[in-house]
Order: sequence, then C-alpha cells, then structure tokens
Amino acid sequence: MGNGILLYAEVTRQSYIHTVFFELANKACELSAKLNNAPVMAVLFTKPGMMEDYKEGFTNSGIDKVFVFEDEKFSKYSTEIYTKLITELVKEIEPDIFLIGATNQGRDLAPRVSSTLKTGLTADCIELDINEKGMLAATRPTFGGQLMATILCKTKPQMATVRPKVFKPAFDINYKNTEFIYRPAENLTDRVELVDFVQGLNDTLNELDSAEIIVAGGKGMKGEEGFKILKELADALGGTVGATRGAVDMGYAPHTIQIGQTGKTVTPKLYIACAISGAIQHTVGITGSEHIFCINNDPNAPIFDVSDTGIVGDVFEVVPKLIEMLKTP
Amino acid sequence: MKIALCVKQVPDTSDIKWTENNTMQRDGVESIINPYDVYALEQALKLKKELNAEITVFTMGPLQAADMLRDTIAVGADKGILISDKKFAGADTYATGKTISAAIKKELPDFDLILCGQFAIDGDTAQTGPCIASLLDIPQLTYVREINDCNDNILTATRVLDDGIETVKVQLPALLCILKSDFEPQRALINGIIKAQNAEIKTVSLDNLGLNPEDAGIKGSPTYVSKAFRPEVKHGGEKFFCLENREGAEILYGKIKEIGVLNG
Repeated sequence: MGNGILLYAEVTRQSYIHTVFFELANKACELSAKLNNAPVMAVLFTKPGMMEDYKEGFTNSGIDKVFVFEDEKFSKYSTEIYTKLITELVKEIEPDIFLIGATNQGRDLAPRVSSTLKTGLTADCIELDINEKGMLAATRPTFGGQLMATILCKTKPQMATVRPKVFKPAFDINYKNTEFIYRPAENLTDRVELVDFVQGLNDTLNELDSAEIIVAGGKGMKGEEGFKILKELADALGGTVGATRGAVDMGYAPHTIQIGQTGKTVTPKLYIACAISGAIQHTVGITGSEHIFCINNDPNAPIFDVSDTGIVGDVFEVVPKLIEMLKTP
Repeated sequence: MKIALCVKQVPDTSDIKWTENNTMQRDGVESIINPYDVYALEQALKLKKELNAEITVFTMGPLQAADMLRDTIAVGADKGILISDKKFAGADTYATGKTISAAIKKELPDFDLILCGQFAIDGDTAQTGPCIASLLDIPQLTYVREINDCNDNILTATRVLDDGIETVKVQLPALLCILKSDFEPQRALINGIIKAQNAEIKTVSLDNLGLNPEDAGIKGSPTYVSKAFRPEVKHGGEKFFCLENREGAEILYGKIKEIGVLNG
C-alpha cells in the first residue's frame, strides 16, 4: 500500500525552516504525481510558540500533513532524541519514501534513522525520480564527482539525503489544506550535551555552499597578499573566495575555504579560477559550476579544459584591471 | 582507554582511469588510506600520548588492506584487525556498518571510543560511522575537528559546522567522525616499521563474526546501484591569448555581464 512521501523539515539554529525543505517539497510533489498522488508529509521539531510562523510555509508548498513535535527541548537539535521519535513515527505511518536535506544536521540524522529502521539510505543525491516499478531512483555523485550512480532501495522507507540548492524551492506554488498533527514527546534522554556555540567563525564554509560567485586561487597567487586581491575581486562581484589545496598547504589561505577532493564541492553560477593549474583533485570539486572562467599564464594548464572562457595572462595584471572595471559605474 | 579506529582503503580518486566504454578502470589504480581516516588516526595517537590509550585499527576489505593496517601500526597504533571475506563484497553502508560493528563487538567489546573519518573519498556517503554507532547503541559526534579533553568517561570535542563551531560533551563509549584538522602527519620511526613488520594482523571472516550470509555483503544491503555513468563534461570552451592584460580583463568583464550574475 502506498503511504506517501515523508520529508524532514529541518529547523535551523535561528528558528527558521531550512530552504532545503522547500526544495524537497517541490520535488516530492513532482514524485507524488508519479505515485498516484501519494500524500506528501513532513516531520518537524520545534520549541513552543513557533508553529503560527511556520504554518504558512507548509500550506504553500504542497504538504498534506505535518507531524509536529513541540517541546522546549527542541530549541536545539539532538541526534538521539530526534532519531527515537522519528523512527517511532515512521514505524507507525510507514511512508514509502523519506527524504532529508543533506545539511550537517541531515547527514548526521539520516544514517542514524535508516540504521535503526534497518533500511537503505542514499547520500547527498542530486537527482530523484520514480522508476517504472514505482521505486525511488536516487542519483548521486561518487568517486569525487567523477562517476554518477543511480541507486535503488529494496526496503521501505526508501531513504535519501538531498544536496541543498539542486532543486527549486516550492514557495507559494502549491496550496494545500495542510493538517497539523501534534505528537507527544516524553522521556527524552540524550548522552550528548551542547556546551557552547560560536556562530559564524566558520562563515567561509557556509559562504562557499551558498555563493553564486566564487573567486578561487591556487599556488600561483604566491601568498596571502595575492589572496587579498582575490578578496577584492570577490567583493566587487558580490562573491566569496576559495582556494586549492596547494594554496592552503602553502599557508596562503585557510583550509576552511579549500575546494576539491579533500575540501568542499561547490556549485556556484560562476567560478573564476585564478592561477590554478587545474589538477583533477581540484576540478572534481568545481565541475558542477554553471560557468567556469580561468586566468592562467600557462596556456597548457589543464584548467583551460574545464573552463568556458580562459584567459592566458598574468593574474596580477588582469585581476586588478577587472576590479577597476567592475567598480567603474 | 581502548580505542577502535575504523579505516578504509580507497582508490586514489585523483588517479582514476576510464575504459573506452566509460567504465572505471579499477586495475592498476593505486590504493591509499582514506585521507580523512589519517586525521582520525592522528586524534587516536594524541589520546595514546596523553592517556596511554590503546589503539586497535579495524578495516573491512581485501587481504591486501593488511598493508594499510601495518602502516598505521608503524606510526603508533597497537593492533590491526582485517575484516575480510568474499561474502562481504558489494556491501552498502548499512551492511558495512553491520559487519564492522559486529567485529568491534567481538574483538574489542570493552571499547571506550570509536573513531572514523568523516567521509571516505570514494563513496563520500559519511554514513558508515553513524550506522556503526546506531547499531551499537552509542552516541555519535559527527564533524569533529578536535578532541579537547577526556576524563571520567566524558569526552569534550569541537565540532565544525556550516553555521559555526560547537563545543560538546559526550558520555563514553561513543563514536566520533573526524574532519580534517591542522597537523603535521606522524612519520613512521624505524622501530615502528620493525614493529609493524612483525605485528600480527588478525583476519576475521563472516563465520568468525557469527553473521548470517543474508546479513552481509550484497545480500545484506538494502540499496544497490542500478546504473553508473560518467557525468557529461559540459565545459571546455574558448581560450583567449591576450597580448595586453587589459584585453583579458575586458573579455572577462564582458562575459561576466553576458551570463547575468551581477546584481543590479
């Protein structure tokens, strides 16, 4: 029997619903149409007094039912408590599909839930579809982005975490008379205690995830001074700065902004590679970018092979001139 | 203090070659220890130094993965357990978690701490660690950059998340997934290498672990790959040789305007 699609509505530390939820909602409505309009449901944990603010988001994004856990304890995320309550809910409502955003929280929670439910989980998907047998076909990059794999799950619920920013959010496009079901939350113990949280020290990581424009530098930037020029260009473009492992290893840039195989995978609209040779360890992290431009003085550098537009020239000359042009109204 | 360190041998993903039919050429690709597991090893060695912890390294893989276990012993780990059986082949993250947790339960039942790398560079699922923790019913900390302190069965650690940095306390036994941190990798000393050469690597099979064949490998995996393909290479465009650097800047400026990413 088809029991629908369940979505995890992540509440951020600032008490808003993470945008990835609305992206999941949009995709889930599309999948539901291929599953005889199976219901689309959400599960949410919140501190008291927030539901009035949240309700509209659900009614406007095609959600049929929301299971709400409301308690003072839920002002902060807990792996163990959330896992316990979610698994109990899933055992009761038996959804066919359960989708979670591939955020820090989602990637912490999802494997804990799937293992407890003894079901399968596909990580960090970038495409979801329903195959001819009515199964969830979840596609994800693997081997550092060099191979795509479409994965099916034999057990229910078929679970997947989904990378933020790959689907369009469903704001105000799919109105539903959403039913809100409040669930009890009792006897909650946790073996982890949050002692302290410092916000934003790590802003750069966050910025790389959401940036539409990234200006990145390699070893050829020659030092921290070189990265200051890139920062200036990024500021002029309204973007942020990234670096290759080579530049990080040389101490030109902090490792929090490292892009590539052992760093971040980024998907901006525009990626400008400055003095980056383009080793595969770096390029695997950037090929999801919509546009890649590069500036390099070596015309044979492999970065040109993955760039839409490549300038053979000296970054220390080209970049300052570009900044000047951008600043001139 | 007893530490179970989980490591994985992975193909060097920077060294992948492709056949004519776009399938991955697996022969001749060099195997390396997953880079994130090296950071987990580093945290284990720090605890060994400070608290005299004993480190048992677990890996699931083919027999040649024993060499990687010896490499960890050469830099200071104490013992290596190789979980190896043809029946483990094709395991997804759930079946892998089930097998490794069974091995830890059997070989190091009185562990205090399990350390894993946050991701493996081949699969990049970040799921096996939490899966092991879940199956052993112990708490987990993911995205840990550093272990700050550990006493009286309470461990304090720093987690690096996209929105900031958390300091958390966890009751032991627990499992930690370790991120990249700043450190100088340990070098093997000559007596470490000798110790590693002579160390006995214990191999455990499906039967040793008392697992059911239905619970391991491809049979015990809820997920399976239905299709694998190479992503389309969508780039590879124009290259401009600019004699004047101003010209290069102008071309870029024009292209930036053309793709419409500038606000206003």
